[in-house]
Amino acid sequence: MLIQGAKSGLLAALQTSPGIPIFPPRASTIAGGVDQLHYFLTVLTLFFTFVIFTIIFYFMIRYRRRSEDEQPPETVTLMPLEITWTLIPTLICVVVFAWSASLYFRNANPPNAATEIIVIGKQWMWHIQHQEGVREINELHVPVGVPIKLTMTSQDVIHDFFIPAFRVKRDATPGRYSSLWFQATKTGTFHFFCAQYCGEGHAAMIGWVHVMTPDDYAAWLAGTNRGETMTQAGERLFHQYGCVTCHVADGTGRGPSLVGQFGKPQKLRDGQSLTVDEAFLRRAITQPNSMPIPNYAPVMPTFQGQLNEEQILQLIAYVKSLGGEERKAKGQ
Amino acid sequence: MSAALAEAPPETRVHYLNANYGIKSWLLTTDHKRIALLYLASITLMFFVGGAMAVMMRIHLIDPAGALVHPDTYNKLFTMHGVMMIFFFLIPSIPAVLGNFLVPIMVGAKDLAFPRINLLSWYIFIIGASLTLYAMVSGGVDTGWTFYTPYSTTYANSQVMATALGVFVSGFSSILTGLNFIVTIHKMRAPGLTWFRMPLFLWAIYATSIIQVLGTPVVAIAIFLIGLERLFHVGIFDPAVGGDPILFQHLFWFYSHPAVYIMILPGMGVISEIITCFSRKKIFGYHFVAFSSMAIAVISFLVWGHHMFVTGMSVYAALIFSVLSFLVAIPSAIKVFNWTATLYQGSISYEAPMLYALGFIGLFTMGGLTGLFLASLATDVHLNGTYFIVAHFHYIMVGGAVMAYLGGIHFWWPKISGRMFPDTWARLAAAIVFIGFNLTFFPQFMLGYLGMPRRYATYPAEFQVLNVMSSAGASILGLGYMIPLIYLFWSIRYGPVAPANPWRAKGLEWQTSSPPPTQNFEVPPVVTEEAYAYGPPGSGREGAHD
Ligand code: HEC
Ligand SMILES: [Cu+2]
Ligand SMILES: [Cu+2]
Repeated sequence: MLIQGAKSGLLAALQTSPGIPIFPPRASTIAGGVDQLHYFLTVLTLFFTFVIFTIIFYFMIRYRRRSEDEQPPETVTLMPLEITWTLIPTLICVVVFAWSASLYFRNANPPNAATEIIVIGKQWMWHIQHQEGVREINELHVPVGVPIKLTMTSQDVIHDFFIPAFRVKRDATPGRYSSLWFQATKTGTFHFFCAQYCGEGHAAMIGWVHVMTPDDYAAWLAGTNRGETMTQAGERLFHQYGCVTCHVADGTGRGPSLVGQFGKPQKLRDGQSLTVDEAFLRRAITQPNSMPIPNYAPVMPTFQGQLNEEQILQLIAYVKSLGGEERKAKGQ
Repeated sequence: MSAALAEAPPETRVHYLNANYGIKSWLLTTDHKRIALLYLASITLMFFVGGAMAVMMRIHLIDPAGALVHPDTYNKLFTMHGVMMIFFFLIPSIPAVLGNFLVPIMVGAKDLAFPRINLLSWYIFIIGASLTLYAMVSGGVDTGWTFYTPYSTTYANSQVMATALGVFVSGFSSILTGLNFIVTIHKMRAPGLTWFRMPLFLWAIYATSIIQVLGTPVVAIAIFLIGLERLFHVGIFDPAVGGDPILFQHLFWFYSHPAVYIMILPGMGVISEIITCFSRKKIFGYHFVAFSSMAIAVISFLVWGHHMFVTGMSVYAALIFSVLSFLVAIPSAIKVFNWTATLYQGSISYEAPMLYALGFIGLFTMGGLTGLFLASLATDVHLNGTYFIVAHFHYIMVGGAVMAYLGGIHFWWPKISGRMFPDTWARLAAAIVFIGFNLTFFPQFMLGYLGMPRRYATYPAEFQVLNVMSSAGASILGLGYMIPLIYLFWSIRYGPVAPANPWRAKGLEWQTSSPPPTQNFEVPPVVTEEAYAYGPPGSGREGAHD
């Protein structure tokens, strides 16, 4: 109730926000909500700072020392006052927490239908690969109005993909996948930055998101020389690295069939059950010995160091394409 | 009380400064007051080294393409600035200088519980500082003061080992000092000085010491592991061999968030002393202020995750860290309200220490409130890693801790040096610092929301206006810090001789002469009244006036 009321008021105020650079462009479905909260917190900060300053100035003047031997009255600590100014900040904190947490919670997971794009951070550039196979460096083309999920990792140190206009940011960490999603609401060109210090070229790890109408986007995809799709590349690697010799589709090989595995639970030899998702597949490929599967000898060689992050992601795309439960949205 | 003391010029009396002479009498001293001065000299040096780097950074950032240095050098500048200022200035500042000088006197003792360990901790500090300075001149280090893995362990080619060792070593100094304070406060209080008669400065130092003793070993381990990893590639943080780079962040922030309170809690203690003295009022809500220090010390250990909301931590962990971060804000708010209420009906005067204290309240309020933006998950996602963070923690650590430190140095300067500083200059400097500070750091809040990431040697042109404003402010701030350096030195020789109690303050330190004798008190004191008995005669159980 309280939050709702404050929000609608703020929304009106925001629409008339002046031209001075206070807010970055507001170009995603998430941005408006974040701005409202930011605006509320700004007003709160200014209000309390103003109140404290005013009271201090008032006291400074009203109670300035008039003679050296002045004797002020004894301080009396008032319990009700103490309780009031403990409760008021507590209450404010509860409201702000509830507001921010619900906003965060709602935006935590990408919608099921999100289009996946791969982002790999590398000292000091961003490699981006679309499912259709198009590769970009420090540029990201996306259609407007379509939820996009970036699956990210890093080839070396921790980077962080930050699009101020969308109010989103997430670390790209070596050895694991993280994801970030957004839905652009405006066409245009917006900055993205690396927001985690990563060495000499950190400040150069910046680029542009190009938000296009779906038609323009389709034309752009068609007009770009794309080579293989990710799935095709994955299939090629699956043969090239001999995976196919053990992982025979009908399950008669030395390794389990990978058909229809994605999204299903997989029991390990120690009894724990894991869902076959991107992180699972990555581990299965790079550290097979860390996850022995019942009924199979642990004969799978490790591919750590032989496959780069892009190739691993292509293999994963291929395994996904072998079917299984429809891709379930999994937030990190 | 102090009226009985002869206010003879310090030259004619034996006190801790002239009890003996010569380099040896300083380097081998176990007198807590002399050790405090050793620390004062060392951390002042570190402050100006770190400050010079800040000035270079701000000059560099006037131009979007970088006006001064190569990006690689810029990265070293902000790293060394952070390392110097945090580990070698802010953490030791109030505890090791003012705490060392005042804790024994405030409890009415001759010295700290372990005077030799106290000297040892200064030597350890100097070894750590020397290693770090060596790292600086022999090429510098570029990992950021946060040493994030795997950059620091595998990719950085700079003086990571020397710096890490320096920080690691200096941690022991911090632990020993904390231990010394805890034991002194427990065991050596004068007759009549019950826990709830202690000045709030002692409560603050006590809470700080607990954090130092409990937290520092964790960061020491984290840094030790970085060393192991660099030397032997053990793989704790290296994902290529199954390690986890995020683990380092947990270890690091488990200490480094509480470390924020190592820096600010003592400052809060100083503010309580100054506000009461210059308004001649007992503190409003003594118990609330004292217990809020302890509450901060405890809760501060449970909030480290708020530095890691964008690492991909689970939504539920994030919610818990968020709620706890809000919780830690409440005791700070309580303090601000109590200080403000203390002024009510007071007899307020505006010598320089008071100006610093009032400035502290305002800037700390802003620093604290902007912390709410970062405890809030939805806004943190946008602000994390941007200049908003830089602005926020400088409001706390420079607007808060440094202001309090300067306020404290001025407040106790007559006691420490036996001389008065020129008050007009001091007020002017305080005003310049206040203005320069806001001009430097306020634009950075706006830069952060606009999306400018921190630690950028170059930046897109749209951020230039705010950066230039910030750089202009920094030059004013730099000037503001130079002035006290000059007139405080000047006052040692030429300042008017300070009486025992120039501010007519309460507290045991004002009952002994300025500067105090080596054994602190001619006659061991007995405490008969509560802290801050500024009230009318009789109200504090005893005559309140001298
Ligand atoms: C020498 C035979 C062999 C080769 C070659 C091999 N694997 Fe495996 N793989 C196995 C075995 C056996 C397992 C069962 C896990 C275990 O016990 O180590 C397995 C498990 C897996 C799993 C987990 C399956 C599940 O259902 O949980 C994946 C995914 C996988 N391998 C992918 C690959 C890929 C991709 C390649 C090629 C780069 C590859 N494997 C090459 C033998 C092999
Ligand atoms: Cu970076
Ligand atoms: Cu923190």
